[in-house]
Amino acid sequence: MSTTLLARPAVSVAGLRKTFGTRTVLDGIDLTVTEGTVFALLGPNGAGKTTMVRILATLLAADGGSVRVAGHDLVREADAVRAAIGLTGQFAAVDKLLTVRENLRLMADLNRLGRAGGRRRVDHLIQRFDLAESAAKPVSLLSGGQQRRVDLAMTLVGSPRLIFLDEPTTGLDPRSRVEMWRIVRELVADGVTVFLTTQYLEEADQLADRIAVLDHGRIVAEGTPDELKRRIPGGHLVLRFAEPGALRTAASVLNVTHSDESALTLQVPSDGGVADLRAVLATLDGVHVTPDHLTVHTPDLDDVFFAFTGGPASTGTDEETR
Amino acid sequence: MTTLAHTLSDSGTMFRRQLLHLRRYPSLTIMLIGLPVIFLLLFVYVFGGAVGAGLGGGRDAYVDYLTPGILLFTVAGAVAGTAISVAMDMTEGIVDRFRSMAIARASVLTGHVLGSLVQIFIAVFVVLGVALLIGFRPTATPLEWLAVAGVLAATAFALTWLAVALGIVADSVETASNTPMFLSLLPFLGSGFVPTDTMPSGLRVFAEYQPFTPIIETLRGLLLGTGVGTSAYLALAWCAVISGLSYVWAKRTYNKRAAR
Repeated sequence: MSTTLLARPAVSVAGLRKTFGTRTVLDGIDLTVTEGTVFALLGPNGAGKTTMVRILATLLAADGGSVRVAGHDLVREADAVRAAIGLTGQFAAVDKLLTVRENLRLMADLNRLGRAGGRRRVDHLIQRFDLAESAAKPVSLLSGGQQRRVDLAMTLVGSPRLIFLDEPTTGLDPRSRVEMWRIVRELVADGVTVFLTTQYLEEADQLADRIAVLDHGRIVAEGTPDELKRRIPGGHLVLRFAEPGALRTAASVLNVTHSDESALTLQVPSDGGVADLRAVLATLDGVHVTPDHLTVHTPDLDDVFFAFTGGPASTGTDEETR
Repeated sequence: MTTLAHTLSDSGTMFRRQLLHLRRYPSLTIMLIGLPVIFLLLFVYVFGGAVGAGLGGGRDAYVDYLTPGILLFTVAGAVAGTAISVAMDMTEGIVDRFRSMAIARASVLTGHVLGSLVQIFIAVFVVLGVALLIGFRPTATPLEWLAVAGVLAATAFALTWLAVALGIVADSVETASNTPMFLSLLPFLGSGFVPTDTMPSGLRVFAEYQPFTPIIETLRGLLLGTGVGTSAYLALAWCAVISGLSYVWAKRTYNKRAAR
């Protein structure tokens, strides 16, 4: 998304702090989310992501700092904030005894859409989220991916301008994950602002306009996906050869960052894309060498954390994920 | 709309949600009806002959004596259902959703209370029907029946709010189903099943002063025409106190607890 002159912050946070007992979970967070963009908060379990979302969604009081959400002060105008936001947490916030339609209907009533308006909105969302077949089924009978879709549909009933998605794809199968990504992109196309948390660099890269990396309650890096990825050296190919001669021939024509003669492997920087792979293999063909084995290593959360904190992604206590 | 209109409409929505729960999950209601019916039959047919003789009548006299106590036992047992369904909400993500919406905060709880009142009245109705079938012969006038309904409603209201609070403070659904159990014991430790003057002195003092005894005495007086005396005032006062304290407790813990 390009930022226009009219862009206002959907979320602005300054000096946000939160402690649970003696444990500091958020330690002076500053961030700004521009309206109509996707902002990803990237970090391992226990980094404070869920705490952050719970504070921004008015579910948890901060210990310090100032926060404005959708143009309203989080503390003084909590109800105005609530009217503007939608929250989809890690655990499906659905009523499992009710059917899909009844769940959506409940949200329509709580948003006071009226009988006809509510029905239209519910029908629209059932179509849009491909839930027509299961609309009359109790949610408890649906798969995890379907429940997550119902959950998000419920969040959208009130047409919020700002949506918090707390680890929207954790625990989903690959197909449901891609489906969720498609939905997020559609939302943004409609002008909705999305604040999402994730443990997956790939997800942040796919969806976000800006990424902030959260570690031990501090933001250790922030920028566009490209800016961040440029600072991560992690992406590479590992090529294994049958014998040392082939390894040396290959090493003479490739841009090798690491060579291990005893394991017969070479490490070559790469973005992992098909074009890049083809180029490497073509170069090897030119010198008549074929690797025995090839693995693609794309940068992941560990690489991000290694790049920005000098250590691996530390998993804190699981307490905050509740 | 005004704040009051919002509160009413949100509470109405939450009430409809609870009515759907009653329809979707009838086994809970059946369980809440089954237990008092079993106790009624057990006490009338197993203990009734002996206890009735002790009361100076027979089994028939004991049905009359027992039924008001069983009705209260029904209410006290049924609020376990309230605690369970509140705890189910609290342990699932749905409460976070409600709390992050611009709706009347307490409407979720009000919905639970209203839904439970419906459930309790269904249970009381069935239990009363069984009592009538096995020989309960009340002498109440229509006005007295109305008063009986009123006393039961006041009691159910008070105990439901108490159960809502217990459901919120419970850390699991299992805990929530156990904590209200002491309420089911109270009719035994009062005048529900036997007259308190047959009890040993320490227990008798407790039985005479605990809140359920005046409620049972009021029901018994209204249903059987034995006179209500001051127990009606005492019963309603207890209900008002329990309702008030429980409401404040429930609302406060709801706001705090959900903020974990």
